[in-house]
Amino acid sequence: MTPLLHLSGLTKAYPGVIANDDVGFEIQPGEVHALLGENGAGKSTLVKMIYGLVRPDSGEMRLHGEPFAPTEPREARAAGVAMVFQHFSLFEALTVAENISLGMENPPENAALSDQIRQVSANYGLTLDPDRRIGDMSAGERQRVEIVRCLLQNPKLLVMDEPTSVLTPQEVDVLFETLRKLRDEGTSILYISHKLEEIRTICDNATILRLGKVVGTCVPSEETPKTMAEMMVGTELKTPSKRPYTPGPSLLDVHDMWLQSADPFGTSLRDISFSLHAGEVLGIAGVAGNGQDELLLALSGEERVTNDAIKLKGENVGNLGPNHRRLQGLLAAPEERLGHAAAPDMSLTENALLTGFTRQRLTNRGFVKWQATRNFARAIIEKFDVRTPGTENAAKSLSGGNLQKFVIGREIMQRPDVLIVNQPTWGVDASAAAFIREALLELAEQGAGVIVISQDLDELMEISDTFAVLSEGRLSRVQSASGVTIEEIGLLMGGTEVDNAAA
Amino acid sequence: MLRLEQRPEPSRAMQIATPIIAVIATMIAGGVMFALLGSNPFTAIRIIFWDPIFNDVVASYTRPQLLIKAAPLILMAIGLSFGFRANVWNIGAEGQFIMGAVVGGGTALALYPYESFIVFPIIIVMGAVGGFLWAMIPALLKIKFNANEILVSLMLVYVAANFLSAMVTGPMKSPVGMGFPESRNFNEYQSAFNSELLSNTGLHFGVLAMMAAVVVGYIALTRHLFGFQIRVAGQSARASRFAGVNPNLTIALCLGISGALAGLAGLFEVTGPASKLSTNFPLGYGFTAIIVAFLGRLNPIGILFAGLLMSLTYIGGELAQFQLQIPAAAIQAFQGMLLFFLLGVDILINFRVRLKTKGVA
Repeated sequence: MTPLLHLSGLTKAYPGVIANDDVGFEIQPGEVHALLGENGAGKSTLVKMIYGLVRPDSGEMRLHGEPFAPTEPREARAAGVAMVFQHFSLFEALTVAENISLGMENPPENAALSDQIRQVSANYGLTLDPDRRIGDMSAGERQRVEIVRCLLQNPKLLVMDEPTSVLTPQEVDVLFETLRKLRDEGTSILYISHKLEEIRTICDNATILRLGKVVGTCVPSEETPKTMAEMMVGTELKTPSKRPYTPGPSLLDVHDMWLQSADPFGTSLRDISFSLHAGEVLGIAGVAGNGQDELLLALSGEERVTNDAIKLKGENVGNLGPNHRRLQGLLAAPEERLGHAAAPDMSLTENALLTGFTRQRLTNRGFVKWQATRNFARAIIEKFDVRTPGTENAAKSLSGGNLQKFVIGREIMQRPDVLIVNQPTWGVDASAAAFIREALLELAEQGAGVIVISQDLDELMEISDTFAVLSEGRLSRVQSASGVTIEEIGLLMGGTEVDNAAA
Repeated sequence: MLRLEQRPEPSRAMQIATPIIAVIATMIAGGVMFALLGSNPFTAIRIIFWDPIFNDVVASYTRPQLLIKAAPLILMAIGLSFGFRANVWNIGAEGQFIMGAVVGGGTALALYPYESFIVFPIIIVMGAVGGFLWAMIPALLKIKFNANEILVSLMLVYVAANFLSAMVTGPMKSPVGMGFPESRNFNEYQSAFNSELLSNTGLHFGVLAMMAAVVVGYIALTRHLFGFQIRVAGQSARASRFAGVNPNLTIALCLGISGALAGLAGLFEVTGPASKLSTNFPLGYGFTAIIVAFLGRLNPIGILFAGLLMSLTYIGGELAQFQLQIPAAAIQAFQGMLLFFLLGVDILINFRVRLKTKGVA
């Protein structure tokens, strides 16, 4: 049988890095094929070549046995290749049908298009109302729009880049039903993910990339997540060992905290209450866009709330700004590394100053002690194994994992009493992620309280002592993390059990 | 097809060399233009860049002029550079320059003929206050209503110019001026006159203020937390909030500082080189200062050189007009080339040009 897509010898170099080096594999019709690899392994470059966004320096692609060299996505789409990106390209102020129509070459009449959308969404179990506005939809629903948009083209090959990172476990199940149905109809799927359990569930075959090269193939159902992760990383991985948790004195008490989101499509926080104790790692789960950003801003001090809504070691800090809170021991690391946690064009020294100047006393009457700041940056780089030529390199020159190690390291090195991190390992390679989790656990062991806001349930299960879910701006009851199942958390994430009394 | 590709890490040495390369390119392209206009390009370039400083015949006049013209440009450009680094775009330095002159000069006129050493310090402060308050209008409108400071500050230039006209044809009109729309001449008022401190050097109090601004500006930018916070605010609003910078305060400070320095420049200009308030007083220094700020890469030391260079092309350009009959428009085109080449070289340092290759598959 001719493979649907045959790749051989694909090479693409960027200045200073070979993103893909002699990559080749095949995808059969009706196969769900996983592309596995750490960040920077070259997965995105590869799919961009297939989708016509990037052109290979050399190598060959064949679709149905015919040479295939798309120069732009339109050509790839015409040949039957569709792609669902990790980041959606939807206009929030427009409806589903309007968004889909915008992406089409020859959009049919609105009514006809709406009918098509309804039909496709019914066929594949993806409930979708063509007249709803994107801004009112959850991330999972927005993804459905992207998928339906692709399915309207009757693709032969559907490329999905990290499709489940924004979904609740239940939504993942629905997605997998759809993918299985597509597969049974003969559509091939190229599935990119770093969630190994999912790959075992859904994928027939896997190709593993490391540093731009194919380092192996496997049948995921015959492997364990650990063996696949080790193929990705190339070394053995150790999982952080969980230490026994006995709650210490209360460090942070949040009571009846409300925050109106500054973003018109953001989620306002409603009646958030919880306590964090010394030595505790509190995991806050939830699908993106349910108030995670707002929660971090409210706790870090970037947004002010009523003064007595946040008590740090008994003191009201709700209307203090970030630097006053830092002085009192409350530190934070936001999700967005470049542009929020760090200034992209500034050196690591300057980025060390960014949050470190109060607590590390890096200024004297407003004058910056650059030598001390440089030493602080160097200490972070050494202690947290940040791979960079030096302290004067720009933040944006670091890989995601290294910059994240720097950002988390910068806060931990300031010995916080309470540390809040949002998505600490998002887009970070497996070894850096393990390192960061270990560092967070160690911080808690030394008596600090740590809040980890994350969408990665496996991560939360691995490091949390206690556990709560953020859904539509409300926080569920905090419960012990031991004995909770992923299914229960999933239901909470969907908002089922969240207390509605405050509404 | 040509395509621009971002360089991973722009070369530091090249960043410093940019202005020099731009000046050389301007000389070459300008030379070609002068040659096409029928003048000897080498003579023209020599007259513009060399004679104002070294020619025995003209330099005794032009050398002091160099400082006199450069001082207000540099003083204003340093103020503007802080705002530009923080993405606060004060385009209305010209208006603040005028209001500094009107408020400071008006104060002097009100005090006339009271002679005391205290008069000059008072009008200096009033000049700065005039520019500061004028700049606070766009600042407050931006903070309160998110009004675009580019538009507001620019529009206020014309308001200021008309206010100046109203003043010099009304309350500030000289009683001994034979009805001309201009104020009393400040060189008749000893206590308020910004005289040359050393004769034939062009050195006046405005030049001293400019030098102080260069030093203080440089220290603030590179050594002080304020400069750091300004730079963070310019790079990423979110990162600066995370670093505890108050965005509204940044807006007010940036506009306030640039307004006060522009006001100072206006005051020194009106009480010294211009010597009177008149409808001819605004010369566009406030707009040229924007170019100077960018030419100097928003760095006080760079601005010092850029201001001197700009001043040189003005004075040299006038000489060339006068001696070679090169049209004024050609001189302006020549100055335009300088900015063009600077920005062009800048692009090439941050990006590389690639020929788009045809399909490989």
